Amino acid sequence: MRNYLHPLSFYVFFLFLSIMHAPLHAALNIEIFGGGASRIPIAIVPFSAESRLPQSITTVVAADLERTGSFRLTDSSGLTPHEPEEVVYADWQNRGASALVIGSTTILPDGRIDVRFRLMDVAKRTQLTGFAGTVPADQLRAVAHRIADIIYETLTGNIGVFSTHIAYVMKQGNKYALQVADSDGFNARSVIEYTEPIISPAWSPDGSKLAYVSFENKKPVVYVQTLSTRERKAIANFKGSNSAPAWSPDGSRLAVVLTMQGGSQIFLINAGGSGLQRLAQSSGIDTEPSFSPDGQSIIFTSDRGGSPQIYRMAITGDKAGVAERLTFEGSYNVSPRYSPDGKSFAYIHRNGGKFNVAVQDFARRQMQLLTDSRFDESPSFAPNGKMILYATEIGGRGILSAVSSDGQTKQRLSSQTGDIREPVWGPLLKSQRTGNFVN
Amino acid sequence: MGSGGMGAQDGMGSGGFAMNPLRDPSNILSQRSVYFDFDSYTIKSQYRELVLAHAKYLRDNSNAKVLLQGNTDERGSREYNLALGQRRAESVKNAMLLSGARDHQIEAVSLGEEKPRATSRDESSWTENRRADILYQGEY
Repeated sequence: MRNYLHPLSFYVFFLFLSIMHAPLHAALNIEIFGGGASRIPIAIVPFSAESRLPQSITTVVAADLERTGSFRLTDSSGLTPHEPEEVVYADWQNRGASALVIGSTTILPDGRIDVRFRLMDVAKRTQLTGFAGTVPADQLRAVAHRIADIIYETLTGNIGVFSTHIAYVMKQGNKYALQVADSDGFNARSVIEYTEPIISPAWSPDGSKLAYVSFENKKPVVYVQTLSTRERKAIANFKGSNSAPAWSPDGSRLAVVLTMQGGSQIFLINAGGSGLQRLAQSSGIDTEPSFSPDGQSIIFTSDRGGSPQIYRMAITGDKAGVAERLTFEGSYNVSPRYSPDGKSFAYIHRNGGKFNVAVQDFARRQMQLLTDSRFDESPSFAPNGKMILYATEIGGRGILSAVSSDGQTKQRLSSQTGDIREPVWGPLLKSQRTGNFVN
Repeated sequence: MGSGGMGAQDGMGSGGFAMNPLRDPSNILSQRSVYFDFDSYTIKSQYRELVLAHAKYLRDNSNAKVLLQGNTDERGSREYNLALGQRRAESVKNAMLLSGARDHQIEAVSLGEEKPRATSRDESSWTENRRADILYQGEY
């Protein structure tokens, strides 16, 4: 790095550019802790003419990959290939890179940008994959996430989730905002803002709507809001409290917790607000339902056994309504969420005086604690099951955090202002997966 | 007292020109908060008189309606705390029903940990927040 004066200044300029962009996007800064044992060494060369773009692509790609804990970024300074024939593989082998990302950008006369990228196998000296497309300037981050998805999928065999979105509640002063952001915390925008609390956001399976609980009527009421039109409807506004919305996997119904018949009990209601049906009957508290991916059962928190614990119940078939207790360690296990493959669930376990994220496998029935912070809440799986998003508390305010589902890598996505609560990872959309963004 | 305590409407059967008993500081009906122990929803003996007084007021003023808002301290899951706050509100509701108030006069709801009256993170704040508030129509 020291030996290359010109490229070094280029690199510094690059860094400067990304710092300058941070406040414009109300950035959530990412800090990473720990890391997996075997990381894939990858070198990412800034794309040609990238410095002229309003948004760097390769810095976003690099941050996405690093956050997973599955990659180690290799020094790319001083080497600037943009086309396969410009790559001197021996140089990259010497630097320990096993994969290399190169590419180019061209600003077209109409202002759109042509982006080309290639992923090269350094040892085999071949191209693994590549991709080209033309996008408007405000889609550069989206293109970068898509490139990161392709790299991640090619090198790990897992589904990439960088192009997905997250939602969370941000409290700032006396204002509550339900916000949606890119999976890296950038591009945050408010869906609604109120001076009364908002809790329990939940994505519809197609990503087009959010259900949440608002206290604007001096009591909790469940709303469903369409993101594109901002149209909202109170779908559960019965006598008493209405809360804890959870979408069925087909998006047709929600499980909600109502107190209209006394006590906090789980009901099913159609997404439009009709067809109310009581799901189960207990004398205690039943709340925080989460649907299994096949829609056949729910897991939920109940204190029917004397302390809040997690139970599973079939909602169809012979055993419908019969609850089976799943957690036995400790006196406080709450906020369960099914993993996308339905084989495990994440939850919050009170661990002495701390509240931590734990996972349990349905087959092994063993609790695995993933965090050791003071106060964690609302675990939510990434749609590929590899990460769990949650909120933790530092200095009296909530911070977005994520932990790999094996507990190996933790990342913190911190905003400069505000108190972030109850993050939920949005679904993987078909358009994101197939990803033909060309033109 | 409870939020919006100044908003009470006159003429809810409070009786002519006398001061509204709901707002008369010397009347027990002006007391609107019932406090609970940690992880408990049992009405403590020192609040029995208060709850019974409001139940009697509801019984005698059939047009009067109340919203009971249960609250909890900040520790734990937001939704589980919402359910705990609901239990506190329903405890008060059940005591009122047993003393002659009618079901349609009372709505028990929960604010969980979302609207803390005290915001320090210590035992005295948590004690203050483990509470159910009685709000008459027009006060919320």
